Amino acid sequence: MNPFSVHGPRNLRGVIWMAVAVVVVAGGLAMASLLPEGSPFHASAFVVSLAGKYLAYAMLALSVDLVWGFAGILTLGHAAFFALGGYAMGMYLMREIGARGVYGNASLPDFMIFLSWKSLPWYWWGSEHFAWAALLVVAVPGLLAGVFGWLAFRSRVSGVYLSIITQALTYALMLAFFQNGLGFGGNNGLTDFKDILGADLHAPLTRAVLLVVTGVLLAASLLAARFVVASRFGHLLVAVRDAENRTRFLGYRPDQVKLLVWVFSAMVAGLGGALYVTQVGIINPGEFAPANSIESVIWVAVGGRGTLCGAVLGAILVNLGKTLFTAWLPEFWLYGLGFLFIGTTLFLPQGIMGLLRHVRKPPAEEVTPEVSDTQGGEA
Amino acid sequence: MRSACLVVALWLGAVLLPGACAYADAFSGLGSARPDEMLGAISTLAVSGDPQAGTVLRALGERHLFAAPDGGLYIRQGETCVDARTGQPVATVPDGLKPVRLNNRIRTALAGAQASMALLAPQAETRLKAADALYARHDPAMVPTLEHALSVEKDAAVRTRLMQARAATILAQPAQQDTQDQRLEAVRSLAAVGGLEARGILAGVAQSDAEAPQVRHAAQAAVSSMDWHLRAWSVAQNAFYGLSYGSVLLLAATGLAITFGVMGVINMAHGEMMMIGAYVTWMVQQAIRVSVPALEPVAILVAIPVAFVVCGGMGVLIERGLIRFLYGRPLETLLATWGLSLILQQAVRSIFGPTNIAVQTPAWLSGSVAVGGMDITLNRLAILVFAALVLGGLMLVLRRTPLGLQMRAVTQNRRMAALMGIRTPRVDALAFGLGAGLAGLAGVAVSQIDNVSPNLGQSYIIDSFMVVVFGGVGNLWGTLAAAMALGMGGKVLEPAIGAVSAKIAILVLVILYIQRHPRGMFPVRGRGVES
Amino acid sequence: MTGDLLLDVRNVSVTFDGFRAINNLSLSLRPGEMRAIVGPNGAGKTTMMDIITGKTRPDTGTARFQGHDLTRLDEPAIARLGIGRKFQKPTVFEALSVTENLLLSLKGIRSPFAMLMARQSARERERIAHLLQLTRLQDMADQPAGGMSHGQKQWLEIGMLMGQEPDLLLVDEPVAGMTDAETMATADLLREINRTRSVVVVEHDMDFVRALGVGVTVLHEGAVLAEGTLDEISADPRVIEVYLGR
Repeated sequence: MNPFSVHGPRNLRGVIWMAVAVVVVAGGLAMASLLPEGSPFHASAFVVSLAGKYLAYAMLALSVDLVWGFAGILTLGHAAFFALGGYAMGMYLMREIGARGVYGNASLPDFMIFLSWKSLPWYWWGSEHFAWAALLVVAVPGLLAGVFGWLAFRSRVSGVYLSIITQALTYALMLAFFQNGLGFGGNNGLTDFKDILGADLHAPLTRAVLLVVTGVLLAASLLAARFVVASRFGHLLVAVRDAENRTRFLGYRPDQVKLLVWVFSAMVAGLGGALYVTQVGIINPGEFAPANSIESVIWVAVGGRGTLCGAVLGAILVNLGKTLFTAWLPEFWLYGLGFLFIGTTLFLPQGIMGLLRHVRKPPAEEVTPEVSDTQGGEA
Repeated sequence: MRSACLVVALWLGAVLLPGACAYADAFSGLGSARPDEMLGAISTLAVSGDPQAGTVLRALGERHLFAAPDGGLYIRQGETCVDARTGQPVATVPDGLKPVRLNNRIRTALAGAQASMALLAPQAETRLKAADALYARHDPAMVPTLEHALSVEKDAAVRTRLMQARAATILAQPAQQDTQDQRLEAVRSLAAVGGLEARGILAGVAQSDAEAPQVRHAAQAAVSSMDWHLRAWSVAQNAFYGLSYGSVLLLAATGLAITFGVMGVINMAHGEMMMIGAYVTWMVQQAIRVSVPALEPVAILVAIPVAFVVCGGMGVLIERGLIRFLYGRPLETLLATWGLSLILQQAVRSIFGPTNIAVQTPAWLSGSVAVGGMDITLNRLAILVFAALVLGGLMLVLRRTPLGLQMRAVTQNRRMAALMGIRTPRVDALAFGLGAGLAGLAGVAVSQIDNVSPNLGQSYIIDSFMVVVFGGVGNLWGTLAAAMALGMGGKVLEPAIGAVSAKIAILVLVILYIQRHPRGMFPVRGRGVES
Repeated sequence: MTGDLLLDVRNVSVTFDGFRAINNLSLSLRPGEMRAIVGPNGAGKTTMMDIITGKTRPDTGTARFQGHDLTRLDEPAIARLGIGRKFQKPTVFEALSVTENLLLSLKGIRSPFAMLMARQSARERERIAHLLQLTRLQDMADQPAGGMSHGQKQWLEIGMLMGQEPDLLLVDEPVAGMTDAETMATADLLREINRTRSVVVVEHDMDFVRALGVGVTVLHEGAVLAEGTLDEISADPRVIEVYLGR
């Protein structure tokens, strides 16, 4: 919408380093968790699952940055894609419980027996296969994003209108998933998981491996996102963000451009959600809450919009802050978060990454194009 | 000394010996242990005309009637005791009092006796009530009583009700050969009454094989006609609910629409302004209760201007302190106001606690009136009227005041307005204040129908957004139409698919609608409005 | 005769909320022709350009370009047919460098998927170098476009238009806000472009129109008022009345 703070592809230098750092930290923590308990370097199960959660959130932030930072779409509903990915993985994990549930039914999850359902609904078919679940993790968010985006971008819904309807989308999904009849466990969601691919989810080794996998997939997503935004397509994306009409008169179709990045972003978010569920052990309709989506936007804003690295950094830092804050001063976390929103937009529009750039280089090199409210193409 | 002893012994004997009954009147049987005697006594009493009969029977029903071994009957009234026959208090409570026990048969007989007594009571109101009770009971045993009452009743309203009660009672009995005409008449009489009770009886008749075909057909026709009426009324009822919810949405959304229209920003803290409006209502009520209790019933009216001023003032402060620094960056404004909403929520939670507070609904806003088959709750009706007044007032402000003119000018073309000498920053601040003040008014209204807690704003904000984007920007008629469409739409779908599904359906429909009409129902058109 | 025309707009009318912006307007252009369009504010110049580029759909009438019906196509499709448009307010991609701006404009790949994989070809590099030279922006090749002056942005946008290799260029008030020297240089540039392409220029600046030395069409109230050389229309009493009033 406004080219105020962001300069597309030139701020991508740190991305590769960030990907490496993510893998190293995740690997290090995973190894530390396998040390004997007495060791000074031992990482507790709590720390490992916390780290896994942060990295999964970082993937959500990355996906938000792709559309907000590079395509100018302020999404207030990306947690929907995250949660859908989580539910897709949760379905598989539910089926892995098998006959070990409270009711001991090998094919039906407990909550379905509780609703006295006789058989699995069709959309649960195949969910016992990990490969199918892994496909659904990206396919379902991608499909929803495809349909939603195709409708929205084709009819040129943009700006605040688009933000509001993304929020309505996740809100509607939240209400739907709260319904018992939908077949996803209603209020309680999916939980009490036991195994993944036959490995005990509570075993330290499994958790360590999951953390490493999360780190590697986050790094891979970072590199994939970098590939997208550094390509000629990425330049076009920034062009569409700043002057959509101009690209149209050059013969491009902005709706296709936005749709492509929107779907890709939804898939990354879905992947993040799936990793989140394996490590946090529960997915419920609360994940669809509009507040979650908006919070993920502030992670990106804090880290620095349109930089990819900033999204990862912001997600980790804000969530770390949240963990510490809620442990010490639970009353004050919402104040903290509120002031973070206001402070970042007012005083740190380029986020931490912008701050770092300023420190490294004299600000004279920073080019601040004139702020224009109107897009190109106005005659 | 011996003779004195003898006298005492004799006296004791007289008191203690069973069967040595000192009384033999209509009341006597009540103390009996045999149900038949009790039943007899009840029916005798009912027609005795004894002034104490009603009191005694009521006491019997409430288990306050006690029998003494000598046949005396007493009614306990708290700590004291009165003689059942005379109604006079007794100084000393006799020994050996036992409560008179009831079984179901006696209870039924008692209710019948009371009803038939009430049917003959001097006050028409009492008789009407008794007829109502019999209408609902349709006890076959009461037919003679009803006939008797009808023969002496003069009051037209009571007569009608008695005839309906008789009709219901007759139809509730199994059909017999020679009662056809009587039953047909009863069907007609009940059909005229309407209501679920009558429908139930008639539906039973319509399905009964024992019934004469003529009677059955009449009953069937009556049921289907009643069903049609019931459906029509339930549509009307839902329409009222829809209008009522629509007017709440309208109140919540107009402020949002104004700030969005004039400044192009979405105020995510709008819901919190509503919440604060509701808390202001509560505080005004508390203050008035303490200082001028006589004014308590109108505290809500006092709260209206106070909430408007408080929230409007906060709105101006927010615009001056936050929004103006983000001018031209609508998406950042959205984030900053979201942050503000978190702070406001937490602040209210810290000050007033996280739980619901009890905002009073004054007596003149409580309850409901029945209009035909419709139930109009007064508080919802009041909100409807209030929303109409607010909208009308707002129209006047926008059309007839300099501020309104300036706001419309800025909405249509900010740059041109600035060139004409309009101080746009001042207009922005006042527009934002006006929007927040309207949210405060919405808060006052919502406090009358919804729980007031720090989360109040969150439950309205998404619906209000939907109204604004659905209606289109800068057009209050659009906001009105959108609010009513969403309110009515939800309530129309609700009976068919349930409340939550209706809400989801409405959200999805609006999302789809926006995709087809990206600028809402009433878009501003022309060359100058490209985003 | 029709077959020879590059652009043929016939009997077009457009109404916005009851206001008739274009009223039964007809306009045609031969291949290789340059035409200047003048007219007071509200004459319908910009709306006419909107119709040709697919931004606005006419209520009635036809618009054909090389035999294609423009009223059935959207903006990207028309742009791909070979009509380039330059806006009055220079619109370049401010977050991208001059080179990147030009690269995006080059005729060629338009599919998003293909662009993901696209590498800069030798031919593209050559074209960009040529365009940098044409627009005299060689020194700024790697600077973000957002940091350039107004005039430089105008030139960059003209360069991007050339990159599209259109058969027809629509140029809206290219010299507004330029110095006299820049104005004359721009006139030279447009004449240079006109050697290979057809051009329609909307302009208020009569010195500039004179410098172009081309046929002029005068629009008034959404219709063609007069057509001819600058000298002819300057002498036309109707034109004088419209421009100067009575």
